[in-house]
Amino acid sequence: MSNINGVSEVGAEKSTWRTKVGLAQMLKGGVIMDVATVEQAVIAEEAGAVAVMALERVPSDIRKFGGVARMSDPKMIKEIMSAVTIPVMAKCRIGHLAEAQILEALGVDFIDESEVLTPADEENHIDKHDYSVPFVCGCRDLGEALRRIGEGAALIRTKGEPGTGNVVEAVRHMRTLVRDMRRVQSLRKDELMVAAKEFRAPYDLIQEVHRTGKLPVPNFSAGGIATPADAALMMMLGAETVFVGSGIFKSSDPKGFARAIVDATLNYKDPAALAEISAGMGTAMESLDIRTIPESEIMATRGW
Amino acid sequence: MNSSQKTIGVLALQGDFDAHRTLLETRLHTRTKEVRTPADLKGVDGLILPGGESTTIIKLMQRFGLYSAIRERAAEGLPMYGTCAGMILLAHEIYERPEQPSLDLMKITVARNAFGRQVESFESDIPFSPLQKSGETGSDKKEGTVRGVFIRAPYVMEAAPEVEILGHFQDKIVAVRQGNLLATAFHPELTDDPRVHTYFLEMIS
Repeated sequence: MSNINGVSEVGAEKSTWRTKVGLAQMLKGGVIMDVATVEQAVIAEEAGAVAVMALERVPSDIRKFGGVARMSDPKMIKEIMSAVTIPVMAKCRIGHLAEAQILEALGVDFIDESEVLTPADEENHIDKHDYSVPFVCGCRDLGEALRRIGEGAALIRTKGEPGTGNVVEAVRHMRTLVRDMRRVQSLRKDELMVAAKEFRAPYDLIQEVHRTGKLPVPNFSAGGIATPADAALMMMLGAETVFVGSGIFKSSDPKGFARAIVDATLNYKDPAALAEISAGMGTAMESLDIRTIPESEIMATRGW
Repeated sequence: MNSSQKTIGVLALQGDFDAHRTLLETRLHTRTKEVRTPADLKGVDGLILPGGESTTIIKLMQRFGLYSAIRERAAEGLPMYGTCAGMILLAHEIYERPEQPSLDLMKITVARNAFGRQVESFESDIPFSPLQKSGETGSDKKEGTVRGVFIRAPYVMEAAPEVEILGHFQDKIVAVRQGNLLATAFHPELTDDPRVHTYFLEMIS
């Protein structure tokens, strides 16, 4: 494929904030699927995924294997990048500048600074403004979302609890975020500085939420989505796209689940269509009650 | 017909359809309607095919009966405007991917992700010829240009003689019109400049 590498030389501005947030906007109304092999990436693209997340182990396997979870092998990421034409995302550890730079050098389309991997820095996240590649980060509430956007995240996803097949935390985080935004929107202008203090969030971003009632970047959902109905639920609660991690390739019928979750995300307002999509699906991934997970293994509390 | 009486359908299977709706409604006071099923096409005076993932959108079109419904409306002369993925959907052929289906409505061959991956995405001022004709010539270099936002963007490799070329970036064709059909490789809906959309509304008689 022809590629003009001289773009930056003549009157063009590369990797602007608008091109970064713009890519996130192009992914709206879709499903982003975790894939661990080229075959899975092809299944995801075939089913109608808008992007894939290349990682060696899906979150449920990360839980099972334990130990330190790191960035995936660049060789595996490159193979997936050459196998599909849709955008390819990859995860780096929270605060791991070197992993982020490696992923940027590989040319991935989005970096997920992700709590699914073991954090490399328990205080600081990456300064994401410095990169040409856009970043997505997780949040549990408005303050966390705005801190990440302040650092340069071009896309936010609520965290949920990855690898559990249990949507309860995804629901909690999305409801919290949406409720927080409604609250900020309803405040008087002279109450916004206190809101910024309470949410521990940048004042200018609090002002923007007050004005628009929305995040300044798209808002997706992740962590525990296992069925078409789960995907539809998150769309109903305000997600603009869903990330599905273990839910597809740990189910009894990955192709069927992939396509059904895509169809359900599109038709989330149509219960009759959802009933049809959900019928005869086979078995969803093995799942976990969040209350049985030891506190040290909870992923959503990584990052702040 | 003035724009306040028109209803513009925006294909809402996936992608940045709400950016198009916001620009049309807030800047141009034009009614819009999300199109997800063939029935939604009833009563629309024009159709926008937004940015997004072209492979995803075409699959969903085929699954939900919109593929043939949109082609039928195009045959009746419904004006359409495609941005980025929308340009790919309108094309006759995808360069080096002849197996990828498309609506096959414009006689153009389009290369996907032609400028490279996301890290190559860029903005640039693009001379847009319909604005240059109507604007004062020579007074201001920016007069006839629009801010082109290119995201994993395509460009037109080949165009039949009946395709009018409306804009280039460097030597690449990035804006075209064929009769009632308009396509840009860039995203005017991500800016607050409504002039390309105004041009599209003017195509609807």
